[in-house]
Amino acid sequence: MSDSQGARHVSLRSGVYADSVRLMQVSRDIGARDGVRAVLVAMATPLNLELAAGMGLAPEGEAKPDQLLIALTATDDAELTAAVAAVEAALAHRERSGDVQTIPARTIGAGLADTTDPVLAIISVPGPYAATEAADAIAAGRSVLVFSDGVPVEQEIALKRAAHEAGVLVMGPDCGTAIVSGVALGFANVVRPGPVGLVAASGTGAQQVSCLLDAAGVGVSHVLGVGGRDLSEAVGGLATLDALAALDADPATERVLLVSKPPAASVAARVREVADQLSVPVRSAVLSPESPDLTAAVEALLGDLGVAVPEWPSRPGTADAVPPGAVLKGFYSGGTLADEAMLLAAPVLGDIRSNTPLRPELDLGTDLRARGHVVVDFGDDALTVGRAHPMIDPTLRLEAISNLAASREPAVLLLDVVLGYGADPDPSLSLVPALRAAGLPAVVALVGTEGDPQGWSRQADALAEAGAAVFASNAAATRYALSLIGDSDA
Amino acid sequence: MPEPLGGLLAAPPTIVAAGVEVFSTALRQQGAGVTDVDWRPPGFGSPEDLAQLALDPRRAAANRVAVERVLAAGSVLVDVRPAREVLDIGDRVLLHSGPPLTWESASGPMRGALIGATLFEGWAPDVESAERVLAAGEIALDPCHHHRTVGPMAGVTSPSMWMWCLEDPAGGGQAWCNLNEGLGKVLRMGAFDEEVQTRLAWMRDVLGPVLSAAVRSRPEPLDVKAILAQMLQMGDEGHNRNRAGSLMALRELSPSIVAVDAPSSDIAEVLRFIGGNEHFYLNLGMPTAKLAMDAARGVPGSTMVTVLSRNGTEFGIQTAGTGDRWFTGPANTPVGLFLGDYGPEDANPDIGDSAIMEAYGVGGFSMAAAPAIVRFVGGSVPDALATTERMYQLTLTENPAMQIPIMGFRGSPTGIDVLKVARTGWLPQINTGMAGRVAGTGQVGAGLVQPPQQCFELALAALAEESRAAS
Repeated sequence: MSDSQGARHVSLRSGVYADSVRLMQVSRDIGARDGVRAVLVAMATPLNLELAAGMGLAPEGEAKPDQLLIALTATDDAELTAAVAAVEAALAHRERSGDVQTIPARTIGAGLADTTDPVLAIISVPGPYAATEAADAIAAGRSVLVFSDGVPVEQEIALKRAAHEAGVLVMGPDCGTAIVSGVALGFANVVRPGPVGLVAASGTGAQQVSCLLDAAGVGVSHVLGVGGRDLSEAVGGLATLDALAALDADPATERVLLVSKPPAASVAARVREVADQLSVPVRSAVLSPESPDLTAAVEALLGDLGVAVPEWPSRPGTADAVPPGAVLKGFYSGGTLADEAMLLAAPVLGDIRSNTPLRPELDLGTDLRARGHVVVDFGDDALTVGRAHPMIDPTLRLEAISNLAASREPAVLLLDVVLGYGADPDPSLSLVPALRAAGLPAVVALVGTEGDPQGWSRQADALAEAGAAVFASNAAATRYALSLIGDSDA
Repeated sequence: MPEPLGGLLAAPPTIVAAGVEVFSTALRQQGAGVTDVDWRPPGFGSPEDLAQLALDPRRAAANRVAVERVLAAGSVLVDVRPAREVLDIGDRVLLHSGPPLTWESASGPMRGALIGATLFEGWAPDVESAERVLAAGEIALDPCHHHRTVGPMAGVTSPSMWMWCLEDPAGGGQAWCNLNEGLGKVLRMGAFDEEVQTRLAWMRDVLGPVLSAAVRSRPEPLDVKAILAQMLQMGDEGHNRNRAGSLMALRELSPSIVAVDAPSSDIAEVLRFIGGNEHFYLNLGMPTAKLAMDAARGVPGSTMVTVLSRNGTEFGIQTAGTGDRWFTGPANTPVGLFLGDYGPEDANPDIGDSAIMEAYGVGGFSMAAAPAIVRFVGGSVPDALATTERMYQLTLTENPAMQIPIMGFRGSPTGIDVLKVARTGWLPQINTGMAGRVAGTGQVGAGLVQPPQQCFELALAALAEESRAAS
């Protein structure tokens, strides 16, 4: 029927049942059609009949609750016919069930929910949020490696206490390097499996030591990073003690080497005391003015094992003409390697200025172009804000090399190049042209193994080709650089 | 001797990683098994507050205690009594849903229900004078939750209304809820006219006494929790869909109802009323959830939500670690489907204590059990499953008593963790009815809604503050 109010359809159907939700959905869809003014598609329950009456669409005759009421008004007959047909079509429609959507885990806790042993969690979220994620792992009885830096020290302590209680290990925060049962985590090298376990509060220190052990044919069982602050007074070596105990109980580990910068005195004593109680022998490779040389620590360990010290891999440089009065310019990406270079060089050269100085009064601040003996750690937090670590992004260091060449200051360039997982896939690619352009006598500590994705020899050959002297040992590289300077003074 | 670090050193570990992808890539190159977490900055909460709670040594044990109490709680129907006999309320008090409320801040349906109950109790002769006495504060308003009571939609409960009386046989707790009036123009949806008054009077004079006699005559109290568990196997989710549950309750109660000494016309009317109301069970399910959540009240250090509730103006939550304190924010308006020619503009903001079902892990959290519900927002079956999947990441445990068949009979996601809500940025999913925003209208539709994030922000900050004070 059609009149000035438009067209109107009211019908009751028997033997048609649809869920009320489905019917409300149909009503909404049909109501959204332009030509439709009002619509009610519903089972003819008393409530719905009342609603229909309120809309002026009450059916004639007696309606039963098991009947389907289709009631609608439209602008004209054509619209009405189309709308009724659309109701029929909508009622006949069957939705596809589809596949179950998997909802990705948003937190470490959710990610660990369905896992089986053994599992290690790795956290590299921004520092302020890292402890919250790491706490999930500990609560689930899993060890965790926290790569993030900027984790408040009180959170580090709370995490490590909880981990100790739970019988798991927190590696980090700011732990860049670990190897667990042959799996290299973060910045780590492909080293052969072997009997030496490392506990490392220093990432590049651990990389240097493990690479030398690999070169000596010895290899490592695990490298457990503990974070640079672990041996501070505040943290008290919580993770170091747990890592030592774990390696002591590990059948694959026969010797332990503890690699770190100088610990707080009280903590060093406590660690020594605990280490002496263990059945596994523990040796320290702690950098200090008294023991400035990681390579020497490795050599001593080889002596413990009865393994002959090999000739550490190297490539001769072509630095024939070192200008008189040349200064040392150490441009490092690894903090511990930079420290080692300064500790070895300071007795020979005297004061060395640095952004990570041996003494506060030698602080370089932000003046990377300072004259004189300088060692810069480009991996220091202040220089990595808003950019990737120099092991990945060499831009800043290449700029410094170019600036140094332009300054015409006579200098010997001492660099580290760290290979392995996480690092620049081909560091010589950008460094070789930079060295050629600079034309400075250059010495490179190339920390890596033949098994690394970049290949030690491949990188060494390329760098030597550019004139650099290349050493697998940072201590050897530093000494060679010092000898060049000594020659120039003579 | 156990293996050190849980076997970590014995074999190459698989990795679960959150953060920078480059490390995962390197791990995959080595052939290690890596699961990347879809980590993103938390939805809210300062990093300090999140870490304070994450590292609170009390939290794990406290949350374990809280969820164990929730899971252990049972629910049996022991009696049906008038509110004035069982609730500690004075003569001129009306209970309402949600957090505390004044007449001035009450929404249309809440005012309508308060007017209706004032008329029903005979505290005013007509609508105008009812509004006057309510506006003058002559009738005290108090949340149901303050009296171990819950009420759907407006939740308005007055002394003459008959109450389901439920007990937790495990913990000894008690909870109450009034009787469901049915659909459409009903008091809980804000309607108060003659039809509503007539029904309320019949419920007071016939339904209540018959149900009371029937329940008291049963040899064993009715196990209400067991019905809820069965509902999830039958296409109900226990909040917006209670069809199977209502029929099962009717089946359980019918023999006792029929045996009540009352005119057979009354018995028939009672059975017809129950049988005609798809939501009859809701008022049994809600106090069942209330018993479980109240059992977990007052566990210091726990970050679990014990109450989700709305009064039509504000949404309020409570947590196990912060006792009776409310954390409130402006209630959202549900999205969904509408009855007749009502539309979104007719809907009132979210209202009712019934979100206690979601706090208990059913309702929106068990959406996968009732895919029909997700169609309220044009969703599909996979959407229903995805909703429940997401809720697992907000909750502390799975309730083995409440299994969802399509999820492989996985227990329902139970015990909302304020910390997880903050970290995922996902808000709890609630299925709900919709009341008309104008007093007197009644129900206009049903749909889906979420709490305002503000409730959880405030709760997180308070929990962190309590944690600091305790450490």
